[in-house]
Amino acid sequence: MTTQTLEQEQYKKLHEKNETKRPVLKNCLVAFLVGGTICAIGQAVTYFYIYFFNFTEQTASNPTVATMIFFSMLLTGFGVYDRIGQFAGAGSAVPVTGFGNAVISAAIEHRTEGYVLGVGGNMFKLAGSVILFGVFSAFVVALIKTVIIQWLGGGF
Amino acid sequence: MLAMFFWAFVVGGLICVIGQLLFDVAKLSPGHTLSLLVVAGAVLDGLGLYEPLMDFAGAGATIPITSFGNSLVHGAMAEAERHGIIGVITGMFEVTSAGVSSAIIFAFIGALLFRSKG
Repeated sequence: MTTQTLEQEQYKKLHEKNETKRPVLKNCLVAFLVGGTICAIGQAVTYFYIYFFNFTEQTASNPTVATMIFFSMLLTGFGVYDRIGQFAGAGSAVPVTGFGNAVISAAIEHRTEGYVLGVGGNMFKLAGSVILFGVFSAFVVALIKTVIIQWLGGGF
Repeated sequence: MLAMFFWAFVVGGLICVIGQLLFDVAKLSPGHTLSLLVVAGAVLDGLGLYEPLMDFAGAGATIPITSFGNSLVHGAMAEAERHGIIGVITGMFEVTSAGVSSAIIFAFIGALLFRSKG
């Protein structure tokens, strides 16, 4: 930060002074309530799969995630999810429905550019980083764990 | 069963609060926040801490994006037990398939059905 000119420093101070303070507590409360509600709905879907389709508590999370993304498609398509996202912040972004929303809204938004270049090319524009860092970190973690378990034969 | 709904609500809500704090206090972009949470999920599963949370909170732990990192590691480890180090790559998407495939399939159906507004 030593290369900043005087003007830049002045601007930075002005920016900090006039920046609207984010209502952190209120935002957290709303995120808690919305995120919690989405997870409670997810729990209901999980029980649905356990009781009607003979999934166990461990395996039921897969169809649950798929179902939640399906709901996300409908809500995104009708423009409801974006409206929830405007006030819920992380409450609607962190659950897997937010991941679905990112993929689906990008796909819908770029439809006018055609199915191949528009929808196909831009589908993971927002969610791509989640997949990249998820896969790469999982690769590193699983590699380390495998080496420890299989070659050093211990731990964990 | 009611207790499960309660803990799903509380734990899922708290993970969202962590995300909100990363937005507001650490001033990270949504992309950075979600990437960080996924990495956190992968590391927690590597340490063996995420599965107890899933047993305890059910959907409260499986619905937030952290479970994506967790299930990537899980698939990789399950395959690594059978085929050694190669399994880390071949098994990566074994458990996560539901999330990624349904996102792709429903996104395409969504693009066929809906038009963007504005």
